[in-house]
Amino acid sequence: MKTPFATLKSRAVILTADDVDTDQIIPARFLKGTKKTGLGEHLFADWRTRPGFPLLQPSAAGAQILVTGTNFGCGSSREHAPWALVDFGFRAVIARSFADIFKENATKNGLLPVALPEAACVRIELALEQNPGLELTVDLAAGRVSLPDNSWVAFAIDPFAKHCLASGLDELGYILSFADRINAYEQR
Amino acid sequence: MKRTLFDKIWDAHVVTEEAGRPAVLYIDLHLVHEVTSPQAFAGLAERGLAVHRPGKTVATMDHSIPTNGLPIADDAARNQLRTLADNCKKHGITLYDADSPHRGIVHVIGPELGYTQPGMTIVCGDSHTSTHGAFGALAFGIGTSEVEHVLGSQCLLQRKPKTLEVRFEGTLPPGASAKDLVLAMIAELGVGGATGHVIEYTGSAIRALDMESRMTVCNMSIEAGARAGMIAPDEVTFAWLEGRAHAPAGAAWNAAVDRWRGLRTDDGASYDRTIVIDASLIPPMITFGTNPGMGIPVTAAVPNPEEADPEARAALAKALLYMGLSPGEPLLGRAIDVVFIGSCTNARLSDMRAAASVMRGKKVAPGVRVLVVPGSQDVKRAAEEEGLDRVFRDAGAEWRDPGCSMCIAMNGDMIEPGQYAVSTSNRNFEGRQGRGGRTFLASPMTAAAAAITGRVTDVRTLMGGAQ
Ligand code: SF4
Repeated sequence: MKTPFATLKSRAVILTADDVDTDQIIPARFLKGTKKTGLGEHLFADWRTRPGFPLLQPSAAGAQILVTGTNFGCGSSREHAPWALVDFGFRAVIARSFADIFKENATKNGLLPVALPEAACVRIELALEQNPGLELTVDLAAGRVSLPDNSWVAFAIDPFAKHCLASGLDELGYILSFADRINAYEQR
Repeated sequence: MKRTLFDKIWDAHVVTEEAGRPAVLYIDLHLVHEVTSPQAFAGLAERGLAVHRPGKTVATMDHSIPTNGLPIADDAARNQLRTLADNCKKHGITLYDADSPHRGIVHVIGPELGYTQPGMTIVCGDSHTSTHGAFGALAFGIGTSEVEHVLGSQCLLQRKPKTLEVRFEGTLPPGASAKDLVLAMIAELGVGGATGHVIEYTGSAIRALDMESRMTVCNMSIEAGARAGMIAPDEVTFAWLEGRAHAPAGAAWNAAVDRWRGLRTDDGASYDRTIVIDASLIPPMITFGTNPGMGIPVTAAVPNPEEADPEARAALAKALLYMGLSPGEPLLGRAIDVVFIGSCTNARLSDMRAAASVMRGKKVAPGVRVLVVPGSQDVKRAAEEEGLDRVFRDAGAEWRDPGCSMCIAMNGDMIEPGQYAVSTSNRNFEGRQGRGGRTFLASPMTAAAAAITGRVTDVRTLMGGAQ
């Protein structure tokens, strides 16, 4: 049983970039371990040294929501990417779109991928730029991201992914609940 | 009901599909390597579960293995390799380990040893699993949680992806290869252009490709964001597979081929999307930027961000800054430091031959480091039997042991900050081949041409009319 995803209220940090690949999220030289933990300190290892890197600004401290561009998490299938994001403290990523494997990997680690249209992302980003301390509310059950002025935008999420996140469902346990059918399939 | 190749394989593997839930999809072949598996085996141990069908999982060591015969310098890598060996032993999984005469990059040895077969579902904790689709299999990369699911149940939860037909018509011109064809496609689609889709490659230009070239094409499907890439099997496929160690033999072979002939998209079946590309217009390609979608003909100038679409402008400017390139400058003639010929995209025997055909009797340009890394021990032996190793060594290139090597720079093979490499691998992301390193992706022939001249070169100018 994983920790269910309850409503998340948190500050957010903007990472302005499209096509952020998993080699940036966690460079390959940090993939030599055998554990899922401890990767947060290497999150965006090669971008951290750049002046003004948003994730390390004081206003980003404690932010559990990342707001970014299109096709986030493209490239390598490494699940180390969501492990590193979660270990760093993120619980949700709001993006224009996600790469397929990243989206699957994120969901399996309690990291909510929220895909929103460009206009909605821009609205959130403008609000954050005006007030970097502003808190967003991500309501998984209602499928909404709300701003402090009570305005909100709806997001779509696959019903089963939503169910898994909201209940902390163990997917392997779910698959194995069909053990009889798997065995029957193998007898075909 | 008319069905696509994808539909046929999908339908044949659905164990169950509850309303509103993803399908439980049966997996025929699970490939495993050292980097993305330890946490999956650990998860299984925590649950006290055994591997459901150990005979359907095959493991190799490729990502962090040294390619220069030296012991593994890095404790973490050594521990990771040992963990894989322990896990395979404990669960009775076949492992092609460091000493195996058949070890190699997972996507090279799967087909080579005949594990990869038409009609199969194939997964691996590795995005380039799409390679195996060249045989008419449904093959895709998965995360480590899913590796655990497959180990524990031989199944995965999958939502049905959409289908995209990419039809290549016409004949590839001289100097252009499968790598150029797929780089041209990614430049057109963009790195996220095929997200959510399985690509089926069709058309006369695909039919004309040999098996290894088809693997190169399917390999890079993921670089357009596709879930998988596939090509319907034909006589070329069957001829390549016959007699391979784990392929069916005797009567079973004939029965299998009969079955496999049905693995094609029915006439009149429809795809969710189709694009058509004229292969006869594809020149040697090269990437200039920091994702595989940033590709241009080798003779073209680097694009100017000011002239690009507004949405692409910032990314393009950022890429040029990282690459140290100016808008509008030609890449031809630009000095390079390293050439890497290898990876699961281009490290098969035909790739070695293509590179050697350009380098035979020539010398590597002074100051350029050239690494030729065959994809497997079998490729290495076959290349040596043909004397290709001598061609490379005589030219002044390093002829290495198989592994992922400089494609991912986990094993110590890497480029230095600021250096330029022409590489036959599949990713030019920032730092992919070494922190601060800059990658130009290209075909084996284009890479070999750069090795000789020390510059980005149009290989056609070295071909002298005769190939
Ligand atoms: S050669 Fe490169 S892309 Fe292929 S499996 Fe190895 S690291 Fe991945």
